[in-house]
Amino acid sequence: MKLAKLATIGAALAVASSVVSTAAVADLVFPSLSYRTGPYAVNGIPFADGYADYMTLVNERDGGIGGVKIKLIECETGYNTEKGVECYESTKGEGSLVYQPLSTGITYQLIPKATADGIPVHSMGYGRTSAANGKIFSHIFNYPANYWNGASLAINHILAENGDDIKGKKIALVYHNSAYGKEPIRTLEELAKKHGYTFTGIPVDHPGQEQKSQWLQIRRERPDYVLMWGWGVMNQVAIQEAANIRYPMDQFIGIWWSGSENDVLPTGDKANGYKALTFHGTGSDFPVYADIQKHVVDAGKAAGNGDQVGTVLYSRGMYAAMLAVEAARTAQEIHGATELTPAQMRDGMEALEMTEAKMAALGLPGFGPEFSVSCDNHGGPGLGAVQQWDAAAKKWTMVSDFGPSDMEVIQALIDEDSSAFAAENKIEERKCG
Amino acid sequence: MFYRQAGDFKTTYREDIHTFPLRQDRIGYYILLAFAFLVVPFIINDYWASAVLLPFLIMSIAALGLNVLTGYCGQVSLGTAGFMAVGAYSCYKLMTAFPELSIIIVVLTSGVITALVGLLFGIPSLRIKGFYLAVATLAAQFFLVWLFNKVPWFYNNSASGQISAPVRDIAGVMVTGPEAQAWAKYLFCLVLVVVLAWLTRNLTRGRIGRSWMAIRDMDIAAEIIGVNPLKTKLSAFGVSSFLIGVSGALYFSVYLGAVEVGEVFGIQKSFLVLFMIIIGGLGSIFGSFAGAAFLVLMPVLLKNIMVAGLGWPTDIAAHIEFVIVGGLIIFFLIVEPHGLAQLWRLTKEKLLLWPFPH
Repeated sequence: MKLAKLATIGAALAVASSVVSTAAVADLVFPSLSYRTGPYAVNGIPFADGYADYMTLVNERDGGIGGVKIKLIECETGYNTEKGVECYESTKGEGSLVYQPLSTGITYQLIPKATADGIPVHSMGYGRTSAANGKIFSHIFNYPANYWNGASLAINHILAENGDDIKGKKIALVYHNSAYGKEPIRTLEELAKKHGYTFTGIPVDHPGQEQKSQWLQIRRERPDYVLMWGWGVMNQVAIQEAANIRYPMDQFIGIWWSGSENDVLPTGDKANGYKALTFHGTGSDFPVYADIQKHVVDAGKAAGNGDQVGTVLYSRGMYAAMLAVEAARTAQEIHGATELTPAQMRDGMEALEMTEAKMAALGLPGFGPEFSVSCDNHGGPGLGAVQQWDAAAKKWTMVSDFGPSDMEVIQALIDEDSSAFAAENKIEERKCG
Repeated sequence: MFYRQAGDFKTTYREDIHTFPLRQDRIGYYILLAFAFLVVPFIINDYWASAVLLPFLIMSIAALGLNVLTGYCGQVSLGTAGFMAVGAYSCYKLMTAFPELSIIIVVLTSGVITALVGLLFGIPSLRIKGFYLAVATLAAQFFLVWLFNKVPWFYNNSASGQISAPVRDIAGVMVTGPEAQAWAKYLFCLVLVVVLAWLTRNLTRGRIGRSWMAIRDMDIAAEIIGVNPLKTKLSAFGVSSFLIGVSGALYFSVYLGAVEVGEVFGIQKSFLVLFMIIIGGLGSIFGSFAGAAFLVLMPVLLKNIMVAGLGWPTDIAAHIEFVIVGGLIIFFLIVEPHGLAQLWRLTKEKLLLWPFPH
């Protein structure tokens, strides 16, 4: 009896001590709110691997950022908001510099919390689009491109294919019925007014494994183009259903989150010609991959199974990590310190400048567009390109250059939405410059 | 030996109908309450509030609510999360439409609105029973989630379809919004939990509760002895929905702050609450708390042990967590089908006799 009791107390103490882990102060802490389980794991794993591997590479090859090692804390969210909150609360005390939750829902959760705690959030190509207005969202960044840029880029591509006249065309949007999927609707409606096409939104409920009725509707209405805002298992199912109703694949355009190998491979040859947007380069021909192979994979330090290197979402995770590392480096230069606080990191992100020379030096020549972040623009230039799936070669190829989006329409929407947010939450505009 | 009945005399009827008939139980309960009210607020931090205590307290209210309906009145419901969504959206609409209204009134009114919606969906329960009622409430679940997604009025036409809670305070202390202190949010929920649990406990011990149980045990016999099934079933739906609505309102305004209906109030949340009362114990107030604690705290604890303590990869930990929680559910259902509450009851009986079991 006594022994059992002692054992229980011992176990309880062990648990308690494991919960209260101490942070080593001398590291630069980057939390990674990843998801390697659940219906979105298929897309969550490559991104998390890319993010972790790049951080490992910087540690192994360069000895950290400015001589200070990076400490990556991974926390499993399962793309679930409640677990995301738990992850945020459990990691924020460790000196976390920047959060990249890879989930629009979790980003919405973190926007007020992180701002109150003074920790920056970088939602790269997702999250709340109007956070691009740095005057109101002081701690939220979504460079280099956001959903409304994406919507406009897709329409621009359609315009280019039709000689700039899409009056009377029917464009449908198949979207994840959540904050994520609903983001582009307003932009697409505004653009419909401008260009004269008719817009139909077709929602797909979480997790999106059942889409028969949606594609039946598409088959009946025969829209000229179908756009998709999908994620996780929903992407594969949508592309398979499109193939089943023999929808022409080159008129089916996904956002950058619906354009990875995992989304098209299950459909096989029938997915040939499917298009997706992207805001960074594709393929594994960049010199940085040789470094990753040498310092990370061959050294046995790759995250996950190490089988994702070079895929689209792996590259995106790596790009996100690269931008975070560069922002930290900028912060170190600004403040003349090697160890950073979240507030200093925020300054670094706001002063971030990505030039071609910088990217070439990092082994990523021409990987993404050049851009710079400023106090009033946290969203970057919003450039993007279109890539197309080649089923025979099993790879994505770029079919356009990085082009601009319709900022005239988008900026008006950003100003409108961010000032509504400011009024609702009684936030005063920051003075910039 | 230490836990005993001997010498605990009751000389009045009042004493005889105490919620905790044993003096030691009573003392233990008061100590627990004192600890929760006087000690925890001083040692609580953001992590304990947001990851552990708030979800536990709020889900306890939801479990209490479902236990009234399913555990006490025998009406199976799979619409719990849908009703929580009604609470959350009522709360949001009230908060934004009447900014000067006190948050306490808003939360309680959300409960009342949910109770009305619950009554509406409770009407079919007079004609359909058992599995068929479960299917009808399942329809409520899907209908309500669809409704809140479809009609922009409910989310004030926001671009993302999300609702987010504005900042509200009680006597100058913020309880919602990002700046709210952990202890304020915790105390606000704790007060509501204690009041509602006290209310439910007394309802279930009185005439109304007895009529619920009569309907649960055999509705025809209950009707013959004069229990009105219409009133009884609808009152169970009303009280249950009120509690669930309050929990939904708190879940949205105090705990999460921003909610997306399909994700937060999806069918899996309904099942979660149902599992809570099955594991905790049907028809038991203590069981509602035990079940909520089991299903809210266990995953967090396991995660902390495996990831922070043992340093395992997060995905393996997450998968093993599913296995362990699922395994424990099966284990409890086989070993103790009446839930943790029955286990607790048996332990107390054994302890009363210990160390002389004969």
